[in-house]
Amino acid sequence: MSSATSFRRAPLLTFYAAVVFIFIYLPVIVLILYSFNRDGVGGFPPHHLTLDWYRLLFADAPIWDSVVNSLIVAAGSVALSLTLGLLAALALDRATFPGKALFRRLVLLPLILPGIITGLSLLMFAVLVRTQLSLFTVFLGHGTALISVATTELFAGLQKMDRVQEEASLDLGATPWQTFWRITLPNLKLSLIAAGLLIFTLSMDEIAVTFFLIGRDNTLPLEIWGRLRRGITPEINAVSTLIFVVSVGLIVFWYRVRTRGLGADAQELLERP
Amino acid sequence: MYSRTYKAIVSVPPLLWVGLFLLLPYLLMFAHSFWAVQDQAIVHQWNVDNYRTLFTKPVYLEVLLRTMRIATSVTLCSLLLGYPLAYYLSFHAGARKELLYQLVIVPLWVSYLVRGYAWKTILGSEGVLNGFLQYMHLTREPVASLLYSPFAVVLVLTHIYTPFVFLPIYAALEHIPRPLVEASQDLGANSAQTFLRIILPLSIPGLLAGATFAFVLSLGDFLAPLLVGGASGTMIANVVQSLFGAAYDWPLGAAISVCILILIVSLLFLTERLEKRWSFK
Amino acid sequence: MNPSAASSAQAASSAGGVLLEVRGVAKRFGARDVLKDISLNIASGEFITLLGESGSGKTTLLRLVAGFEQPTAGEIWMSGDRLDTIPPYKRRVNTVFQHYALFPHLSVRENVAYGLRVKKTSATEIGGRVEEALQMVKMEEFADSRPSKLSGGQQQRVALARALVNRPLLLLLDEPLSALDANLRKQMQSELKALQRELGITFLFVTHDQEEAMALSDRIALLRNGALEQVASPREIYAHPATAYTAQFIGQTNLLLGEIRGSIATCGVLRWPFEAPDTPVTFSLRPESIRICAGGVRLSSEVKFRASIRQQLYGGASELLEVDCGGQLLRVRIFAHGPLSGEHDFVFSIADAIRVQE
Repeated sequence: MSSATSFRRAPLLTFYAAVVFIFIYLPVIVLILYSFNRDGVGGFPPHHLTLDWYRLLFADAPIWDSVVNSLIVAAGSVALSLTLGLLAALALDRATFPGKALFRRLVLLPLILPGIITGLSLLMFAVLVRTQLSLFTVFLGHGTALISVATTELFAGLQKMDRVQEEASLDLGATPWQTFWRITLPNLKLSLIAAGLLIFTLSMDEIAVTFFLIGRDNTLPLEIWGRLRRGITPEINAVSTLIFVVSVGLIVFWYRVRTRGLGADAQELLERP
Repeated sequence: MYSRTYKAIVSVPPLLWVGLFLLLPYLLMFAHSFWAVQDQAIVHQWNVDNYRTLFTKPVYLEVLLRTMRIATSVTLCSLLLGYPLAYYLSFHAGARKELLYQLVIVPLWVSYLVRGYAWKTILGSEGVLNGFLQYMHLTREPVASLLYSPFAVVLVLTHIYTPFVFLPIYAALEHIPRPLVEASQDLGANSAQTFLRIILPLSIPGLLAGATFAFVLSLGDFLAPLLVGGASGTMIANVVQSLFGAAYDWPLGAAISVCILILIVSLLFLTERLEKRWSFK
Repeated sequence: MNPSAASSAQAASSAGGVLLEVRGVAKRFGARDVLKDISLNIASGEFITLLGESGSGKTTLLRLVAGFEQPTAGEIWMSGDRLDTIPPYKRRVNTVFQHYALFPHLSVRENVAYGLRVKKTSATEIGGRVEEALQMVKMEEFADSRPSKLSGGQQQRVALARALVNRPLLLLLDEPLSALDANLRKQMQSELKALQRELGITFLFVTHDQEEAMALSDRIALLRNGALEQVASPREIYAHPATAYTAQFIGQTNLLLGEIRGSIATCGVLRWPFEAPDTPVTFSLRPESIRICAGGVRLSSEVKFRASIRQQLYGGASELLEVDCGGQLLRVRIFAHGPLSGEHDFVFSIADAIRVQE
């Protein structure tokens, strides 16, 4: 309804926006396109379309091992980050204690600091306590670094929540523990899911911190990294395309569940506090 | 309303964890910067040699300056791409706004590494771009200087961070009440004047947030240089990385990291003050 | 559009020549016709109000004149030039927005100066005119404050000054008083009317409050479902409503439904001579037109009836009686009387029963 749209179109701006869009999508398109190219990456235009690289990919055991590793680490990180993040959000929202301001900044620091700094710090810590580097250390690293994501999202969710509901619950005789489980947590449902999805995604693609905490078993990004050092193969295009498709599928799924609902139950489940 | 037990339960675990796994490691990094290395081992001898090395040996300063130039370029380019895009979506996209927004977000789901690698395949001598240029008979030989240069690093990092710059700017623009824009036009301002006097000033907090994010993360990036930077595109984080790897000098690496950390924290402090000054209700 | 509205639309008020001409304007949003064939002339110097319920199209019409929407059909002309093809920033029209839309990052002074700055007016001239405008709305001492520090009423004054400082040919006001509380509202109404009189600028005012419209306007344009129901001065529209809708929307009334047969109008138990062809008919009878018949005497120009009092609503200066007249519930407004009950004789003048279209 704004006058900007009702009065004049802006052709130059529209064109520029389109150019930016193309810039953003160019690598993705090239990536997907060349995963089907027989002659590998490079050259133009791609000819001899083939599914060979995908066939090769599916037979490639180390890649799938690394996918499993990534999934395990990601799942663990979600659990760890959400738990600690929820507590931190509650603490920031409801408690006062000495050093609260410092705590808040400290929690948010890994979000804005380049991963290398957090990664190296954790490495030094691991050396100090003489821990072997492994998926476990990676999991601890991700979980710790991503607490900030959970805290931010859940804190916002808590602020939006009407405190009166908790007061009503206590008034009706529920203990604080019961109130937490029956009222507070369900109200945070959407925030928890959003945070969980984001943490999962960030963990799956995490490189900087993982780089310094990795042991013998690779996560997917690190596995790809190793191969990139050795030489380019379109197999990497293939696995990336697959990841892209799965990710987009997840977004679309999440979007539809959130707005239109896969049936009344799912919608109600998400909406009902 | 909340008992002391409740408050204790919610504050103690995260405090402990963050203290142990975040504060302590950062402090450890800080401590390491004052130690030294002797015969392939770290010696806990307190000294400031590392910092002296940093400020006297020109190579480190040189790389740091190059890194800052790259980070600045990335920030500027990301803003030049991200702001108009956000403006277009917020004020000109109409019904398709939501869809376009999702479309901007979607490439973020493709791994950083993979997107960087894709640019490598595009920019290389045998790459897609050169192939395209030769196919269209615009060049006869491959252009070698596209890859393995600071230009390539800036390109890749801009590509990565433009969506991240877009997000807070878009949010800020969406927050501007449309009646303000109408009021400005009602009072006689054309779109350029309305943008400069009303929309831009009110979007500054978002702009600062996005710019800070892009700058800070570009500053500490080591992957893009490894992928597409080559020798001339090395950044300060690569130096740190090698000091923790083959060049084995953890204390020096720690010192550089501490410098980067201080630089970043000061910048964050500055932008936070600026953001407060420019936010109006 | 009914004939009364059509004739009023062409008639300009006494003040000046015609400033704004709305010619056959229609506006459609998607599948909805928000405005249907509106034609209206606004005279220079008059205070005209667009009155209507929400959804009647009044705000849309205002926005068309401001330039924030384009008409789907029809044209708008101002001072002999085509208006609807010009962008809003080129029109000699300014708006006072419903929620003021003051720029939060600019001070009061800078807000008021905005329109002048944007047109590259000289600094000295800006200074003088801004000062003048602030004095006009009594906000001089707040000149360097930020809008967020002001109350609703104060913000409203600043919004007014910001618009008026540009000396527009036409000032549009989009329900500017609706966000204020009752007392402040009454006060602002008075100030607004005085200001308009003093400046002589044409005001196009939008409201859903009929009392406000009657108090302020030289003319009222009543909108209903996107069409003009009636356009007339407040006194005219109150005394001679054209339709039942108008009669009920503006002030209170009793709607008497009946028929005319053989030059006699019959509505329930009420009968009086009425010269007209046989037809079903509706009359509007204002509650204050009915009085208690003290001595039982009726003039030949009056109608007398007997009714029992069902409800008495005390209102300080007056009382509202709900009376049962042969099964029909009528409302009667009388001066404060003291408690009443039972059956009484009531009387009203035939001339006060206004025939209206359904």
